[in-house]
Amino acid sequence: MEEGKPVSQSVQQSAAAYSMIQQQFGSAVSPLDANETMPFFEVVETARWVEIAHFMRDHAKLKFNYLACLTGVDYPAEEKVGIICNFESLALLDHKLAVKLKCQRHGGSLPSISCLWHTANWHEREVFDLFGITFAGHPEMRRILCPDDWEGSPLLKDYKVQQSYRGIKVPY
Amino acid sequence: MGLHDAAITRHNVLVTSVDNVLNWARLSSLWPMGFGLACCAIEMMATNASNYDLERFGIFPRSSPRQSDLMIVAGTVTMKMAERVIRLYEQMPEPRYVLSMGSCSNCGGPYWEHGYHVLKGVDRVIPVDVYVPGCPPRPEALIGGLMKVQELIRMEQIGISRADALKKLEEKALDPRAFVEQERKVAQA
Repeated sequence: MEEGKPVSQSVQQSAAAYSMIQQQFGSAVSPLDANETMPFFEVVETARWVEIAHFMRDHAKLKFNYLACLTGVDYPAEEKVGIICNFESLALLDHKLAVKLKCQRHGGSLPSISCLWHTANWHEREVFDLFGITFAGHPEMRRILCPDDWEGSPLLKDYKVQQSYRGIKVPY
Repeated sequence: MGLHDAAITRHNVLVTSVDNVLNWARLSSLWPMGFGLACCAIEMMATNASNYDLERFGIFPRSSPRQSDLMIVAGTVTMKMAERVIRLYEQMPEPRYVLSMGSCSNCGGPYWEHGYHVLKGVDRVIPVDVYVPGCPPRPEALIGGLMKVQELIRMEQIGISRADALKKLEEKALDPRAFVEQERKVAQA
């Protein structure tokens, strides 16, 4: 955030919500990136993710009742992959916040939050399908878009398509 | 053949070959299988509907591959769908025809390079008789393709193979460019 620039009301709301999470969990979360587009923080101790998510959903002053999106990102330079969750408090407190989590690039695992927001069920399967992150505690961890016997994670930056699938040539 | 023009009455006798009658009957009731895969299917449905009215050619979609003569592959064929397309093709009784509609089913279309999930041309899994280019093709283009299938049926005879019929069709094909140029000149004048 640039110094001296007036901060919009929505960012102030997000910052207030973040400070509550930060007070509760301390060093488990990173400092807030208070950008205008989508303020976010990172969960550094990913093992505590379900606990943090539960707090965000149920605390009376947070009430993030809506998981708007859960998407995957590849960070090849850091040898990591991660997810970004966009939370909103629809019709209640009207603030928003994004949360990032990272894990190792190959065979990485993160805790599943599908028990808290049912939306996460299919989104986490999609991330598993396209980025190869497994979600611990997910009720049905299998591919959702690609066929079950597909090879590789198509949205990784260094993905190379397989030569043939069930006897059909795949590349152009 | 001009059967309709021959003013058939009780007193007239019409002489033609069995091939001609069979082919006329088949091409006048070409039943496609009613299935669509992507945006081309919207265009195909528009062609079936009242504005373009495919039923005037005796073409109307059937709900079962067992009753179909023609498969219009209308849209993006994904790897997952490819197996289903093969299954549907195999369920159709012979003689059967395949019309590949749009760039995706012709060659992969916009997914040719980065679309890992797309089959790069439905002709990798089933034999295609007529390709209709476009993304998606207009109803006129689809009707043009269907007319081509009808022409192909017209070329068929008892005892000749599909490949021979396709060769005959190719020999009889006209280069449309001269006509297009002529039409342009007329339009300009």
